[in-house]
Amino acid sequence: MTSETHTPHSRHEFPAWSWHVGVAAAAVAWWLVYRQLLPASARMTALFPVQPDSHAGSAIAFFLYDVPKVMMLLALIVFAMGVVRSFFSPEKTRAFLSGKREGAGNVMAAGLGVLTPFCSCSAVPLFIGFVSAGIPLGVTFSFLISAPMVNEVALVLLFGLVGWKVAVTYLVFGLAIAIVAGFVIGNLRLEGWLQDWVRDIHSGADAPVVIDGEQLSMVDRYRLGIEAVREIFAKVWIWIILGIGVGALIHGYVPEDLMARIMGANAWWSVPAAVVIGIPMYTNAAGVIPIVEALLGKGAAVGTVLAFMMSVIALSLPEMIILRQVLTLRLIAVFIGVVGSGILAVGFLFNAIF
Amino acid sequence: MKHVKVYGPGCKRCETTEQMVKDAAARVGVEVDVEKVTDPKAIAMAGVISTPGIAVDGKLVHAGGLPDRSRLESWILA
Repeated sequence: MTSETHTPHSRHEFPAWSWHVGVAAAAVAWWLVYRQLLPASARMTALFPVQPDSHAGSAIAFFLYDVPKVMMLLALIVFAMGVVRSFFSPEKTRAFLSGKREGAGNVMAAGLGVLTPFCSCSAVPLFIGFVSAGIPLGVTFSFLISAPMVNEVALVLLFGLVGWKVAVTYLVFGLAIAIVAGFVIGNLRLEGWLQDWVRDIHSGADAPVVIDGEQLSMVDRYRLGIEAVREIFAKVWIWIILGIGVGALIHGYVPEDLMARIMGANAWWSVPAAVVIGIPMYTNAAGVIPIVEALLGKGAAVGTVLAFMMSVIALSLPEMIILRQVLTLRLIAVFIGVVGSGILAVGFLFNAIF
Repeated sequence: MKHVKVYGPGCKRCETTEQMVKDAAARVGVEVDVEKVTDPKAIAMAGVISTPGIAVDGKLVHAGGLPDRSRLESWILA
């Protein structure tokens, strides 16, 4: 029996052209709705019995405009990234990176970390798979640092809530930290600090696994994009609403200069404090960014806020616990030390520039 | 009787995948015995670097993300 005769024909109910037309129409509809968000939210705010320039009015306006804006931006970018990522896979990335030298390898690994689909729950098999395929430890770290830190959810939220300059800054310096930290770890020659069993392992790397039948059509890629949107929304919608809610309260009620004193550029200790506080905190980018925006609006320094955000996302305790299976404590300490130093440097640099 | 292995450290997607395998097998009427592989060492040894991964009778057919339902059926039937 061949697989074709039994494969249900539910897959392509619609011809490919109707998908292309549908995606294009959705993009146009998206744009038309997005343009109307500001006037629509203003009309909705006016329905509340509060003065628009009061604390409550300002908080409500912030909330009603930012929630739909962020949701729409997120849907657009997550869909686009879902389609782009369907061209990449950890297996292809591994094959590409094996045999690359340090230096160029770190740069490529950090870039691929952004484009390759990655879930932190497969960090351990991925780590073992990379190292056993002969990818240098430092290059593997570049990938593992950039993959969670430079993600589209963080970038969309920064873009939508804070502005494109800060978003681009985050992208560039997130990649820079991944490249440099991986390079430094690689040059420390710490292969001996892996757990013993990891060094002995030889995964299927010698005979690369060829998975048949995963040739995707463009329609399959659209479907993956839609699936990515569904999955991200199921995971983050509550955080976005809570985050923007807290952001709205800060926006409406916190005095203008309060944050300037605590988190302003003059308080040099605020950057290390932000990094240290960020490590045990574990939330996804969605929860933290609306708060970040509101803090920035009240005079907190850009570098301090970025350092806090990077620390929350890149140095999370749960991920350390997962990686503990393959790394010794000493190596985890080095990892935190190197990445933490990079984040500190970015924080100070930005407080000095902006 | 087909022997299906689902590779994954135990995240939600891996559990969903296990259930999808069982459902697909029931739809096409093939008896399967599903084994979950959660040990990271065993996962890596099988050549799976993005989870969940699926092997049918020792042949790796899928890695990374939830499988497509109709493809899953064809793997079980193959």
